[in-house]
Amino acid sequence: MLAGALFDEGKDVQAFPYFGVERRGAPVTAFLRMDDRPLRIRSEISEPDVVVVLDTFLMKYVDVLAGLKPDGVLIVNSAKGPEAYKKSPSLKVATVDATGIAIKHGVGSRTTPIVNTAILGAMVKVLGIVKLESVLRSIRASAPVKKEENAASASEAYERVVIG
Amino acid sequence: MAKKLINGNYAAAYGAKLARAEVIAAYPITPQTAIVEQVADFVSSGEMKARYVTVESEHSAMAACIAAASVGARTFTATSSQGLLLMHELLHWASGARTPVVMVNVNRAVAPPWSVWADQTDSVSQRDTGWMQFYSESTQEELDTVIMSYKVSESPDIMLPSFTTEDAFFLSHTYEPVEIPAQELVDGFLPPFNPEIKLDIDNPRGFGSLSMPHQWYMELRYLIAEAMDRSRQKILKVEKEWKELTGRSYGGLLDEYRTEDAEVVLVNAGSAASTIREVIDRLRAQGKKVGLARLRSFRPFPTEEIRALGRHVHTIGVMDRCYTFGDGGAFFTEVKSALYQLKDRPTVKNFVVGIGGRDITMKTVGKLYDNLYKIKSDGLDEEKEWVDLKRPEVG
Amino acid sequence: MSRPLKSYRDLPLAPITYEDTREAFKTGSWRTFKPQFDKSKCKKCWICWKYCPDMSIRILEDGTGIEFDYDHCKGCGICATECPAKCITMVPED
Repeated sequence: MLAGALFDEGKDVQAFPYFGVERRGAPVTAFLRMDDRPLRIRSEISEPDVVVVLDTFLMKYVDVLAGLKPDGVLIVNSAKGPEAYKKSPSLKVATVDATGIAIKHGVGSRTTPIVNTAILGAMVKVLGIVKLESVLRSIRASAPVKKEENAASASEAYERVVIG
Repeated sequence: MAKKLINGNYAAAYGAKLARAEVIAAYPITPQTAIVEQVADFVSSGEMKARYVTVESEHSAMAACIAAASVGARTFTATSSQGLLLMHELLHWASGARTPVVMVNVNRAVAPPWSVWADQTDSVSQRDTGWMQFYSESTQEELDTVIMSYKVSESPDIMLPSFTTEDAFFLSHTYEPVEIPAQELVDGFLPPFNPEIKLDIDNPRGFGSLSMPHQWYMELRYLIAEAMDRSRQKILKVEKEWKELTGRSYGGLLDEYRTEDAEVVLVNAGSAASTIREVIDRLRAQGKKVGLARLRSFRPFPTEEIRALGRHVHTIGVMDRCYTFGDGGAFFTEVKSALYQLKDRPTVKNFVVGIGGRDITMKTVGKLYDNLYKIKSDGLDEEKEWVDLKRPEVG
Repeated sequence: MSRPLKSYRDLPLAPITYEDTREAFKTGSWRTFKPQFDKSKCKKCWICWKYCPDMSIRILEDGTGIEFDYDHCKGCGICATECPAKCITMVPED
């Protein structure tokens, strides 16, 4: 969805996943590259500028900060404040309770809410690389159901994300 | 002709749709399932007029395609790794029967161990089956090559099946901007399939029956050899036509990047070529004369192009995302073999990389170019190297 | 073969046969025993015709009995075994 929004705004984008077994609930890493000039690197991203964590439970098993540039950005789906995740002073950290927002808008189920649309809204505010309208349009185009609820999740997260 | 954000699998599906494939034999396997699923959507929505056959295995998928092609239908299927291996017997049949089936293979490692990630063992191990095989570097190339392969395969003087490959995840699942050509453009480029020989109840003949040693087996196989040799020029001709229509081309059989004055060159096939281009530009900015020769067509093998390269580049590193046990990487072996006839042979080293989906990073590519420069000054260190292998500590 | 093949240039593109193989290949020479028909006993049940695995029994146009296609009959003897009237006997080819 983010790739779609960036593409609509004229950027060159490349987005692909890395996952193990194909089953619901399995951990997934998704990579996205963007640039104003044509992209050519096709390897996995090991030194990201931005890391977004949708499931803090995984942080017990995966070093999500590995390779993140010292002046990079970390965005976490959490009800806690950014201080909880700020491991170094140069790191820009933002948190938003995407899970709570998703449940409030009825996106996904109460035990498995769909948090990615919410967190996209937070990303727009924190990163400043794409307009909210582009992302909302992309969300409405991609969401198979509950288009407005997903868009509302993103808008609310945009408002409520805390940058520390 | 606006660009759309699609992944390699959807690009392949669009290729089949625009080529107006008439019979699709579908069987799923990670990471190509989305190809047959997207084609299913096209057929069920009526956007594509085709007979969609869900079969019970990849072997059956190929059987269905061969049979349909024998009746004069344009066919399509997609597979990967284990599925391709399961089809193996019938890959031989398709070429032997001169049925121009077109397929997409997503390059995925072969089991065991179980792996769904990028590795070229699956397609490379089919090099003896008489199929043409093409390696894509981008999703755009995937779409374009699927369409072009129909024209090459179905040419009356070729009539051989072909498959186009795309690396698992790095292309199959990678979303990037792709220009989807208009149906009218493709219709003008690709005429309907109308083979001279087909199963015809008004004109019954025996297909594929016995031929004894003193009869015609050897000669029929010779005809395949001739056709495959002719296909080199055909591929170039078809690509030239495509370029005139769309402005896009992919370097023919061997896609060379900054090799004209290169001191060291890497040979590679597949998605990693994009990363290599980025490294080349960065090294060139530092004054290093490096280049890339991308194997776009592995069958037919670009023998003359490799020889021409070897006449002016004296240090060549061949990257293989596969390995032929008991010998060496397949691209390495065949590049060396093509260079054998040269009076002054370049030094050639085999870099075995990216096996089982291990990432090929800019750092790795940089290391390979450094190694080639060292070889250029000090001579060959070892003939074959498994790169980024977890080796035991020395000492 | 009506089309003389001298070199690979004369071959069709694919391994196909041009003739109706039924005409081009006479397999009657495979026989050791050949079936013989006694019209007088025939009940016209056509069981022999149904059972012949080789399509080498033809029902006569006037419906009075059958005849064998000796160009293709391989002498398996199934017709003789199955005939309820026992009007078919297998005799040695000489």
